[in-house]
Amino acid sequence: MREKEYLFNNANKIDEILVKHGMNRSRIVAIMQDIQNEFGYLPEKNLKYISMKLQTPLSQIYSIATFYRAFSLKPRGKHLVTVCLGTACHVRGGARIVESIQKMFDVKPGEKTKDGLLSLETVNCLGACALGPVVVVDGKYHGHITISRLERIVKGILNENKK
Amino acid sequence: MKIKNSSELKNYYENLIIKTSKREKRTIVLSMGTCGIARGASDILNSIKKEVRKRKLHNRVEIRVTGCHGFCEVEPFLIIYPQGIFYCKLQPADVRQILMESIEKNNIIERLLYTDEKGKKIIKETDIPFYKKQMRLLLGSNRFIDPANIDDYIAQGGYQSLSYVLGNMQPEEVIEEIKKSGLRGRGGGGFPTGRKWELCRRAPEFPKYVICNADEGDPGAYMDRGLLEANPHSIIEGMIIGAYAIGSNYGYVYVRNEYPLAIHHLNIALQQARDYGFLGDDIMGKDFYFDIEMVKGGGAFVCGESTALIASIEGKPGEPRAKYIHTVEAGLYGKPTNINNVETWANVPLVIKNGWQRYSKIGTETSKGTKIFSLVGKIKNSGLIEVPMGITLKQIVFDIGGGIANSKRFKAIQTGGPSGGCLPEAHLDLPVDFDSLSEAGSMMGSGGMIVMDEDTCMVDVARYFVNFLKEESCGKCVPCREGLSAMFEILTRITEGNGKHEDMDLLEEISFAMKNGSLCALGTTASNPVFSTLKYFRDEYIAHIEKKRCPAGVCKNLVHYEIMSDACRGCGACLKICPVSAIQGEKKKPHSIDDTKCIRCGECFEVCKFSAVRRK
Repeated sequence: MREKEYLFNNANKIDEILVKHGMNRSRIVAIMQDIQNEFGYLPEKNLKYISMKLQTPLSQIYSIATFYRAFSLKPRGKHLVTVCLGTACHVRGGARIVESIQKMFDVKPGEKTKDGLLSLETVNCLGACALGPVVVVDGKYHGHITISRLERIVKGILNENKK
Repeated sequence: MKIKNSSELKNYYENLIIKTSKREKRTIVLSMGTCGIARGASDILNSIKKEVRKRKLHNRVEIRVTGCHGFCEVEPFLIIYPQGIFYCKLQPADVRQILMESIEKNNIIERLLYTDEKGKKIIKETDIPFYKKQMRLLLGSNRFIDPANIDDYIAQGGYQSLSYVLGNMQPEEVIEEIKKSGLRGRGGGGFPTGRKWELCRRAPEFPKYVICNADEGDPGAYMDRGLLEANPHSIIEGMIIGAYAIGSNYGYVYVRNEYPLAIHHLNIALQQARDYGFLGDDIMGKDFYFDIEMVKGGGAFVCGESTALIASIEGKPGEPRAKYIHTVEAGLYGKPTNINNVETWANVPLVIKNGWQRYSKIGTETSKGTKIFSLVGKIKNSGLIEVPMGITLKQIVFDIGGGIANSKRFKAIQTGGPSGGCLPEAHLDLPVDFDSLSEAGSMMGSGGMIVMDEDTCMVDVARYFVNFLKEESCGKCVPCREGLSAMFEILTRITEGNGKHEDMDLLEEISFAMKNGSLCALGTTASNPVFSTLKYFRDEYIAHIEKKRCPAGVCKNLVHYEIMSDACRGCGACLKICPVSAIQGEKKKPHSIDDTKCIRCGECFEVCKFSAVRRK
């Protein structure tokens, strides 16, 4: 009976992921990573579904989802700006870049703009320290970034959306 | 194809060598680690492929894509063998000329060569000062190895240490060899590797696990990323040798999620090692099974701690536990578990290959071998460096690193990640080994070295690390969870100009409590950045507290920008660049900054050609 409740569009996809990991409870972090890769975040329905399938309390899954930084319980914006805040980037002004983006586009780190177009995130270190400060915009790395150059890049991708 | 015993490996190796020596082709080596790609190496590669097709050079040139060589500052670069010509800071448009001049003909293109400090052009990679002063036992082979091709590793003598161990040594002898070599854990703790293996071997329970800790979380450190991306087989070989010595059949590599390329290369390498028979059943004809599984981390810094890492592999939140019982006795799933860092594992084949006598000649009395550091921050030559233990900080910063960028003054060097400390100029003559750095109030850690100049505020740096650790503290024990929050509050107060004199004592008091009361190393060492900056840069704290001034001009609330009307020519550069339109003024007339709008980003300060913007 309960199973029916969770039968939804993506159930097949989730089953595929679960089978790939051998329905193994100890691989739950990897399973959740795959779900996140598939959907961009961890939808509540999917978590309830794996909780049932793996016979693991939802509270435990929730504790894992909120413990690891890589997981997000909310959908991300269409475009993603990730600012590196490693030490090398910090001494070269990484924090100022986050603040400026925050003010310019009215978005807080870890959240998205009201129109849902842009998410701002920070990361502890990307290990590309020689390029600091580093910003990743939609998967593309930009080294030695300045506030004005980043503003141009971000406005560029946002404008493309409006066309 | 499986390689079944040592003589088959020997034959295979010799055939590879003969094949390469007969080849008359030139080889273009392109460095394509994450940093190289970020700098545009993929575009260079595409241009090379296109031009080679167009010019029909297939028979004359071979392209080898490798991981990072270390000299990230001048990327993207390529090397042409056999001559060893080094071309750096390339643009895709340069490729055509390189193929025309240096491949089709034998010419050297001067403008693409590396220029040293005195303006001299250097042709060969090996003659560049950055490389010359290093001892690259591990990183040196990166340029010969395509990480996606196991043959390249075998052609460098790879898997021969494993072959020797399985053919000629008893597990106890391997442990003895590692013990005598003096190899110590490269992840930061510096625990003698051989002793750890021995303890794990002696633990009575089965099965036993070996784990490679590749959860390189220290901000500003990327040694492990470099090794995993460029030479994954050296780590795999080390792990197999370790597993044989310990008596383990199952291995794990726990890799950081933020390193997609490293994960990709490791996956390929593991599959190739299985295909060749280095992993799986009956390795090298011996009755010995071993395989390695890769586990991706979830972006939690604390998972670099061994017990937290184990919890994470078991599919739990990565919370550490108290270590009354060591992981070598009860670790993963409660069984004996041996965890070593990436660089430690990569050192193992080297120890076997050279023998402990030769290996232990490198380094100091208590710290043997070489160490890889990521030299970053306000330094001229950023990159990965490998140096013998015992080299001084001064040699690293000035001889290899080329000194401070933009002719600023050196202020401090931060080693050991968030658990380490900041050392001032007076300590530059300190030899770099496990013990000297700890004595000075910092630590070697995994190998991050962040250079800071006069524009870095040390109170802000302390606040940065405390904030980092506050976010990453798992929250299980009170001293760490509450201590970090309290320290962050105090440091924020100081950087905002609301600090009190007692705050410095209070910081020291909290540090003491955390050091003695925290559950794991994250908490016990968390106060190091605060402690060391208080010790060596107390005057900066006092300036913030008493004079409400930030000497480096970093702390926003204590800094104001203004335009000096007598120096301003009204060029409009600052007006254009200001992201919040806080600058007004007519053309050719002095501009002014609206302090209420200003976000203190400093862009106007940087852009002004007439030094008319003042920071105070």
